[in-house]
Amino acid sequence: MGAIYILWLRELKRYVRSRVQIVVSLGQPCLYLLALGFGLGPVFRQAGHGSYLQFMAPGVVGMTVLFSSVFSGIAMLWDRQFGFLKETLVAPVSRMQIMVGRTLGGATVAVIQGTLILIICLIAGFRPHSWVAIPLAFLFVVLIAVVFAALGTAIGSIIQDMQGFQLVMNFLVMPIFFLSGALFPLANLGVVMSVITRLDPLSYGVDGLRGALIQTWQFSVAFDVALLAAIGAVFLSAGAYLFSRIEA
Amino acid sequence: MISVHNLVKSFGDFTAVKDITFEVAQGEIFAFLGPNGAGKTTTIKMLTTLLRPTSGRIELDGLDPTVKQKQARQRFGIVFQDPSLDSEQTAWENMDLHGVLYHVPRKLRASRTEELLRTFELWDRKDDYVKTFSGGMKRRLEIARGFLHTPKILFLDEPTLGLDPQSRNQLWTHVKRLNEAERTTVFLTTHYMDEADRVAHRIAIMDHGSIVAQGTSTELKEQTGTDSLEDAFLALTGSSLRDEGADAKAAMRQVAKMWRR
Repeated sequence: MGAIYILWLRELKRYVRSRVQIVVSLGQPCLYLLALGFGLGPVFRQAGHGSYLQFMAPGVVGMTVLFSSVFSGIAMLWDRQFGFLKETLVAPVSRMQIMVGRTLGGATVAVIQGTLILIICLIAGFRPHSWVAIPLAFLFVVLIAVVFAALGTAIGSIIQDMQGFQLVMNFLVMPIFFLSGALFPLANLGVVMSVITRLDPLSYGVDGLRGALIQTWQFSVAFDVALLAAIGAVFLSAGAYLFSRIEA
Repeated sequence: MISVHNLVKSFGDFTAVKDITFEVAQGEIFAFLGPNGAGKTTTIKMLTTLLRPTSGRIELDGLDPTVKQKQARQRFGIVFQDPSLDSEQTAWENMDLHGVLYHVPRKLRASRTEELLRTFELWDRKDDYVKTFSGGMKRRLEIARGFLHTPKILFLDEPTLGLDPQSRNQLWTHVKRLNEAERTTVFLTTHYMDEADRVAHRIAIMDHGSIVAQGTSTELKEQTGTDSLEDAFLALTGSSLRDEGADAKAAMRQVAKMWRR
């Protein structure tokens, strides 16, 4: 347990200490909020769907949690480069504990980031249908964070260099975000898009967030929670397996 | 304390370590010398559970590290060839994290960290981030950290690479002192013959994956009829340059590593 705690704490310390990075990583979602939320707002309203800011704010929260958690897993690349990873790999604790500590640390950081963005959304004018919905939304933030921190750990165990990182960003993380329904409604899509968006794990996270916060459900709360929990379990197992196979 | 029999490691067609056998007694300082690409680091990696041997037998304090991985890891400390500190944390935090990973009880962790940081003259800087440290200070911190869990064996893989003579000198003084005070067995590799000559009780010379000679410094000199360890080393390993060959091997190892995933 000590090992899990100390590695979790390390992730948190790294986050709190890199103030520049906190600002930078909050900047991107703010840009989406500003450019899309306010820029596309009038078009969305004309189409008869109400406020676009209300619609996309849960999506932006989901995006923040996605990026932050995947990044934290991929940060293993830096630990590998700067050698710290080896220090943990030769320690007399199981790889499982190391992996869990790192992943939970990354997930915690992502939850904090998501919460900060939610606060920014509230300042920008976003209003949930009821304040009682916040705990449920928080549950979805946690689920998204765990799912993608585990995915990040799995990916971080495989890729060895910066090229790999670029590849993952462009061909995995960005599509996960754009095809999740964070920016557009999943209803009334063509067949191909419907299939693709339903294969994207983030779709269920964003749906859960949106459902909890503004009561617009594509699926249902039970379905989203169950599916995310299942995906989380699969990714955690995959992460644990791949992490256990790292050779320093 | 360390006993190795017929150890072999191959990466695909390339054999990095060819059937080596040696023993290191408890409390001994044992140096592994050899040109680049001789297989020293590969050997250390196998001894420290980071690589699985292709064949052969290893015993650390009576334990087979390939089977009793955790127990073996608890018994040794290692300072890698390249740095392995967390530069975003302070010296104290790095020590503390290591102590937790190695199950050192809290009180002992604190007292031993203080003692070691004082020994290695880092106590004044304990609350500074490691990223602000010089190369020599980082090395000292890594070695101090290696001693934290009172290992029976300490592996040092080229610990003085890139350090100035003052730092090297000081570093070996500390290592020697702890070797005597705590009876820690020390297994080291280095390119500096004078260091090996000064610090090591016994020396093994490795070349092309095999041990070509082993014994005390005096024995090696007598065996080759030379009067310095450097000359003995050159007599045993030849004076041709290995850099190119070593790089090709390293590249091959890299490829092998990629394809095994």
